[in-house]
Amino acid sequence: MVSNVMSSDKKIIEIRDVVTKFGENLVHDGINLHVNEGEIYGLLGPSGCGKSVLMREMIMLENFHSGSIELLGHKIESIQSRAAQQLRMQWGVLFQSNALFTSLTVAENIALALQEYTKLSPEIINDIVAFKIDIVGLKQSDGNLYPSQISGGMKKKAALARALVMDPKVLFLDEPTSGLDPISAREFDTLIVKLRDLLNLSVVMVSHDLTSINNTLDRMGVIDNKKIVAQGTLEEVKTIKSPFIERFFEMEH
Amino acid sequence: MTARKVMLHIEEESNTATFKLQGTPTIQRLSSLEQKLAASVDKVKAKNIVWDLSELESMDSALAVLIAKHIKQAADSGHHVTLNEMQDEVKKMLTMAQEHTHFNSVFEAPKESILQAIGADIIDRWIKFGAFLGFFGQLSLTFFSSFYHLRHIRWKEMFFEANESGIKALPIIVLTTFLTGVVVAYQSAAQLKLYGANIFIVDMLGISILREMAPMLAAIIVAGRSGSAYAAQIGVMKITEELDAMRTMGFDPYAFLVLPRMLALIIMMPILIFFADIAGVVGGMLIAKIDLGLSPTLFLERFVEVVSIKHFWVGMLKGPFFAILIASIGIYRGLQVKNDTQSIGFNTTKAVVESIFAVIICDAFFSIIFTNLGY
Repeated sequence: MVSNVMSSDKKIIEIRDVVTKFGENLVHDGINLHVNEGEIYGLLGPSGCGKSVLMREMIMLENFHSGSIELLGHKIESIQSRAAQQLRMQWGVLFQSNALFTSLTVAENIALALQEYTKLSPEIINDIVAFKIDIVGLKQSDGNLYPSQISGGMKKKAALARALVMDPKVLFLDEPTSGLDPISAREFDTLIVKLRDLLNLSVVMVSHDLTSINNTLDRMGVIDNKKIVAQGTLEEVKTIKSPFIERFFEMEH
Repeated sequence: MTARKVMLHIEEESNTATFKLQGTPTIQRLSSLEQKLAASVDKVKAKNIVWDLSELESMDSALAVLIAKHIKQAADSGHHVTLNEMQDEVKKMLTMAQEHTHFNSVFEAPKESILQAIGADIIDRWIKFGAFLGFFGQLSLTFFSSFYHLRHIRWKEMFFEANESGIKALPIIVLTTFLTGVVVAYQSAAQLKLYGANIFIVDMLGISILREMAPMLAAIIVAGRSGSAYAAQIGVMKITEELDAMRTMGFDPYAFLVLPRMLALIIMMPILIFFADIAGVVGGMLIAKIDLGLSPTLFLERFVEVVSIKHFWVGMLKGPFFAILIASIGIYRGLQVKNDTQSIGFNTTKAVVESIFAVIICDAFFSIIFTNLGY
């Protein structure tokens, strides 16, 4: 399932020497990594190593102490608010808890960004929503339900449709398969790879799911002891001597 | 470099209209194209429509949906639509849009008629009323059984709650009742002066503050502070499944969460009323001195003489009843929280409004009962 055809060498995300501190607690001590255009990149590491924090730093929800994060040509440590807003339209984020707006139906959740940021007519917005609903594998009738009325897997798909609505260049996924049953999780993997191929996406995901890692990731970075201990394809990463990597991939057998 | 703007050329000759797109369209700039396309639909007379997308380098999904919709509308109205050669990327996206877009889908949040809404509301209220009775029954059971098993009472939690909702509320309650004493005394002083009945301010203040003002104000402030806090705390615990976790571990949430809060308020409420009494009377005394020249000594002598102790006890007795109402409504509202964010706000508001309302109703009943009993 893994294909490198789409990947080019253009870097869309470059992280240099990022240091993160929460008070006295040092979380990242000089993180360096990059994500190429068109690839599915995974952030791996033991619990509490700061994978999610790093992702939240990339999407400007968390500040870092020093270093630099360059995303789609913007340096986010010194970004102006206008450019930041521009940048926010070029990514989609899928949160671990989906974060669908509870007061809106699924279709309204998906349509929201189109209504706010474009002048398109309600009819065409409706059609775009119908397209996104279908492409993530939901039924059209699901669009009229509220988030409280649908299952966890459907919420994931609805949140993915919402993340995709502005045709983002980068998609951030925070543990996308957690809380899904194995069948839905594999379907989700297939969906992500399919969407990447169809929509020219680059994907950054935090994941613990070994099957998902095998199925989807082109490259990955492993964080352990506050630093990146390995970066590259699955084969490359497996050759690195590190207690976490050895134990993590041991579980496959 | 490709042009930033999207250009649509429509050429019509004899029987064929050619739609040609150039540029790099993005979703933000799509609305002008949409308008042009919509306007063109009626104008085109030609039987055949040819789409020339050969100069497009990429196509995002919104544009693809737009063109797919146009193609479908044209085909439906009897045109013959053909697509010229285009780049693979563009072709893939357009095909995907044609396959996946359901143009007849209509998304509307489900609406209900007034009659349906009223019916649903009545049934909902009926069910909620039953649920409240159930809750109250369970609460009473826990409450009375706790007297048989005194060591099962969570003393630590209870004292924590007594501090949170009782002692920390003391400054604001004292200040409020002090100011109320000042205001009531000041307003009545002006009237009493007219008749030279200065000394009767003591009777007036003593009875009104001890019997009504202090208990009511204390209860309303506690309802606003603690009723809302209980609803929000327990509501969030329900959303984060903490309540479920407690149940599965065999901890009864009623014993762990509900009873300590209830007992804390029952104990603290009379104490708060006691301090509210003092603050209110002191406020009145201050105005009596300043405005009517009534010395504190004289005020207190008269106070002991005319304000019998029963007024104090009537006020104090209301405390535990108000406490039961405030705590049970706040906690009940917390337990009613459903698994979405809106419902916390809704239930917190309800907790405050309903508990204040209940306190006032309860106070009215006490007023009638005690007066008829001759107290």
